[in-house]
Amino acid sequence: MDVLIKKATRDSYGEALAELGSVYDDLIVLDADLAAATKTGMFKKAYPERFIDCGIAEANMMGVAAGLAASGKKVFASSFAMFAAGRAFEIVRNSIGYPHINVKIGATHAGISVGEDGASHQCNEDIALMRTIPGMTIINPADDIEAKAAVKAAVDIDGPVYLRFGRLAVPVINNAENYKFETGRGVLLRDGSDITIIATGLMVSEALNAADTLANEGINARVINIHTIKPLDRDIICKAARETGVIVTAEEHSVIGGLGSAIAEAVTECCPCPVIKVGVNDVFGHSGPAADLLKEFGLSSENIAEKARYAVTLK
Amino acid sequence: MDAAIKKQLEITACKVRIGIIEAVYNAKSGHPGGSLSIADLLTYLYSMKLNVDPKNPKMPDRDRVVLSKGHCAPALYSVLALRGFFPYDELKKLRKIGAMLQGHPDMKGTPGVDMSTGSLGQGISAAAGMALAGKLDSAGYKVYAVLGDGEIEEGQVWEAAMFAAHNKLDNLVAIVDNNGLQIDGKITEVCSPMPITDKFDAFGWHVITMDAHDFDDIERAFDESEKINYKPVAIIQTSTKGRHISFMENNVSWHGSAPNDEQYKLAMDELNTRLETLLKEEVL
Repeated sequence: MDVLIKKATRDSYGEALAELGSVYDDLIVLDADLAAATKTGMFKKAYPERFIDCGIAEANMMGVAAGLAASGKKVFASSFAMFAAGRAFEIVRNSIGYPHINVKIGATHAGISVGEDGASHQCNEDIALMRTIPGMTIINPADDIEAKAAVKAAVDIDGPVYLRFGRLAVPVINNAENYKFETGRGVLLRDGSDITIIATGLMVSEALNAADTLANEGINARVINIHTIKPLDRDIICKAARETGVIVTAEEHSVIGGLGSAIAEAVTECCPCPVIKVGVNDVFGHSGPAADLLKEFGLSSENIAEKARYAVTLK
Repeated sequence: MDAAIKKQLEITACKVRIGIIEAVYNAKSGHPGGSLSIADLLTYLYSMKLNVDPKNPKMPDRDRVVLSKGHCAPALYSVLALRGFFPYDELKKLRKIGAMLQGHPDMKGTPGVDMSTGSLGQGISAAAGMALAGKLDSAGYKVYAVLGDGEIEEGQVWEAAMFAAHNKLDNLVAIVDNNGLQIDGKITEVCSPMPITDKFDAFGWHVITMDAHDFDDIERAFDESEKINYKPVAIIQTSTKGRHISFMENNVSWHGSAPNDEQYKLAMDELNTRLETLLKEEVL
């Protein structure tokens, strides 16, 4: 049996930036006094002359990123999701989104798994916010392998990209040897005909575990990883709706405006079917160990399996 | 300043003001007051200072202008049209469906616009980013950001001010258009940003004050700005909102409303009379 390796995707982000720094000498990384936490410190150590600390001023950082990118630089701007997508939303919208400027936003500490820092720092709204900006690509990788590949892919995307990373070490579920990242393409991880579980980020490994549980009960679940929430792979989603008739979504984000909403919006246009959402249920989090919080807020394989059992009764 | 050059600048600035009124009148909306207060500034920059090429608006080494007070786009558009970045007739299509000229500057659609702006307080950050890129590349270009005095009530302006001084962006010049009025009234009565000079000084900028409507003084200020090393420069220009249209001057109701037919005629008569006088003086 494979040994379970765990790693936080923020570490993957830092490592990937440091690697890219040697490939692109016009790559600039910005941070807002969180380099040690967002892991951009790895890039700072390797390329101090191309690392700019903007201090605790995320609004200005996003504007500076826009100005650098408008002058031809490849720019990554980093902070916690709460501040990158939340505090700086309107700057991202107007100074980066509207002119479709080539800024990559590296948002770490997304979701409730921030843990002990509590509700003020647990950003469950960022996907919803970023989805509303025209032309914004949103990538929420599931593990280390995917996160590194996503960072490298983002460099080649023309226009703004929101990359979402976590603080918590999560299982590495992809195989580095044969992994290939395709922006905007959902990944079929497990085929099945009774139900489809569509997950993103750290909920992908929970979805796979839930599918194992369900298989033992005779429920044959398809599992799809949606790492790119925008643009959404409507083909794989609509096919799943047609072939399995019912969908459970799983995300570490509010059930309002995130993956679940995006899936529901998609299937209502191509093949309406029940979409049951696993996510943070329109409440704020609170302090506690990340693993405990994930269980408490229903972000677990157990809850996905429970919702799936209910969902198949709706067919 | 050479008298002949000064006269030419005054003539051009008058034509810029005519363009502003044409644009806002035809659009039936827009912001004439603050556009008129920066007309001389933009005329000077685009006539005397900027290394720009209307035929190659994306020239990498060009000087950049970020109109952080983006609602005064009619002034920028009028200058750009007169400078040949796009046909003058575009001014009359301002704010209309399918037009190139948007209500606030759009860098994607308008040649010569270096940054999309309109949401106040954001342009100066982008300008700082451009200046930083210039430093990283050892490029010689300058970045000019034009801000309103009401605009500097936005907190982001002071984040940017801190950032620019910390990074010693001496290739960045911010011009604050101190016309004293914002939508809700006098800046000193709404939520006063005064004293502006002391604030920029405290943030580590080199501060210059300037009469916004005197080309000799404008030249003095910009000449001084070029001698400053290791510090960004803030030029605080004392201006008159609605400058050169008698009924618009210092009247806050002209911040964001367009003249009707009668007012348009009055405004154009004043500007055309001024232009004729200037042209006559030039011949003499």
